[in-house]
Amino acid sequence: MLSVKNLKVAYGQIVALKDVSFEVPAGKIVTLIGANGAGKTTTLRAVSGLEKPVAGSITFKGQEVGGMDAHKLVSLGIAHVPEGRKIFPTLTVRENLELAGWTIKDKAEVRRRMDEVFTFFPRVAERVGQLGGTLSGGEQQMLAVGRAIVTGGDLLLLDEPSMGLAPVLVDEIFDKIVAINKQGTTVLLVEQNAAEALEIADFAYVLETGYTTIAGPADQVSCDAKVREAYLGV
Amino acid sequence: MGSIFNAQQIVNGLQLGSIYALIALGYTMVYGIVRLINFAHGDFFMVGAYAAYGAFFLFNAFLGGSGLPMAAVTLIVAMAAGSVVAALTNRFAYKPLRNKPKLSSLITAIGVSMLIEYLFSALPFIGASFRAFPVLIEQKLYKIGTATISNYVVIDLLVAATLMIGLTFLVRKTALGRAMRAVSQDKDAAKLMGIDVERVIGWTFLIGGAFAGAAGLLAGMTYPRIFPYMGILPGLKAFIAAVLGGIGNIPGAMLGAYIMGLAETFASAFNSLLGEGIAFAILILVLLVRPRGLLGEKSADKI
Ligand SMILES: Nc1ncnc2c1ncn2[C@@H]1O[C@H](COP(=O)(O)OP(=O)(O)OP(=O)(O)O)[C@@H](O)[C@H]1O
Ligand SMILES: [Mg+2]
Repeated sequence: MLSVKNLKVAYGQIVALKDVSFEVPAGKIVTLIGANGAGKTTTLRAVSGLEKPVAGSITFKGQEVGGMDAHKLVSLGIAHVPEGRKIFPTLTVRENLELAGWTIKDKAEVRRRMDEVFTFFPRVAERVGQLGGTLSGGEQQMLAVGRAIVTGGDLLLLDEPSMGLAPVLVDEIFDKIVAINKQGTTVLLVEQNAAEALEIADFAYVLETGYTTIAGPADQVSCDAKVREAYLGV
Repeated sequence: MGSIFNAQQIVNGLQLGSIYALIALGYTMVYGIVRLINFAHGDFFMVGAYAAYGAFFLFNAFLGGSGLPMAAVTLIVAMAAGSVVAALTNRFAYKPLRNKPKLSSLITAIGVSMLIEYLFSALPFIGASFRAFPVLIEQKLYKIGTATISNYVVIDLLVAATLMIGLTFLVRKTALGRAMRAVSQDKDAAKLMGIDVERVIGWTFLIGGAFAGAAGLLAGMTYPRIFPYMGILPGLKAFIAAVLGGIGNIPGAMLGAYIMGLAETFASAFNSLLGEGIAFAILILVLLVRPRGLLGEKSADKI
């Protein structure tokens, strides 16, 4: 579904990604793990079109998409839940969800997907009229995932969905990710919470200061001595 | 005349405020969406006035007649001219600099402003000198109490109110308005919703330019003398009005503009030089006392 080869991305003089390569097969959950500043967020931003690559290729469904505008990639089927959630603070929960259906012509379909979000996250349903900025962190995270459900698409990029959540909510979010994946959406998951991510993922990649270093099936990667020491704390 | 705060001055102040409001909205919308103070905005107002002027003579020559239908057609032409110039300015001057430091855009804005002014001065059929604005509609005066109200007051207030209500509806209730608010808050998140941010920015310039064009016609009709530099002072004052209301805030721009119109009218009645300077006194006062403006919030919805 997604194939990234020798990706290089820079912010001005700062080269954040030097050589990143990985594959996301259709229907699977792939996780990228790595320390702070390793380049996980930058990788997702390049895939969804928010950053333009300096070199390398990004192919999505067989098409080269590196450098394409982000809004076009949404129509092609990439949904991205960004780092820090990025809920529109002075738009209501409902307006946030409606905006997520921007590219969908059939507004009945948007409403159907919103209902799906409401059954998925009853907490979001209770707060439709509330301003996005007044939601609690956990509720914002649910809304951010909810928006991605409305946006739809074949590939879901998630940037630290468990960030700042209480352990119960972390489990809940991970359960939802698995459920979304079971419905047929391919998932690329970035997590600090490596243990949980490796548990639900099919494949895992380790990112170190702009390079993909370790790669393999998730259960294999979680047995790697270096990974266990550096990311799993055992 | 007794007090300077009489009914007549209030009417005149609201009339002037209406024109400032239509200009100030463009400043505030563009600032809200791209964080740029578009110094060329006052010139869109000037372009609107000349477009109305040209349209009047053209229609008059070919179709004849005047009065309300003619004024309505002229208004549409003025708005279209304002929006075309605004959209072209955005496309060719600001868009290429979107991801460059803000100072580049600001300097470009000043350059665009001068370009439009000199271009209009140089054009043979426009020229640098003053021109008398034609009478679109016969002026009629009505005496109400101590005040004399002309039909121009009614037209200015009505046109401004209609456009402002329309804009408020657009921003609050339509999909485009929702997208405009989203883009003003977080461009990356808006892109991830599938919104073509550049298109939304384009629409914002278009609408702001149309409002400035409408103001140009109203100003030409009300204060019937136009010239290529006529946009500078009203533009500056409308910008100050937007700052007073809280730059980026739409209701703030309206409020600030009416306060500005009233303040200027009262001050002028007292002393004409004071009238010219009051705007700048207000600017200094706002920057000292409440830099975010009357309705501006710290992390405001900048549209
Ligand atoms: N806008 C930016 N301008 C300059 N440098 C940036 C920018 N964004 C990220 N960087 C740098 O790029 C590198 C990778 O950052 P990135 O956000 O991708 O890391 P990350 O793996 O997501 O880290 P974290 O786990 O802390 O979220 C870091 O060194 C960071 O400082
Ligand atoms: Mg990150």
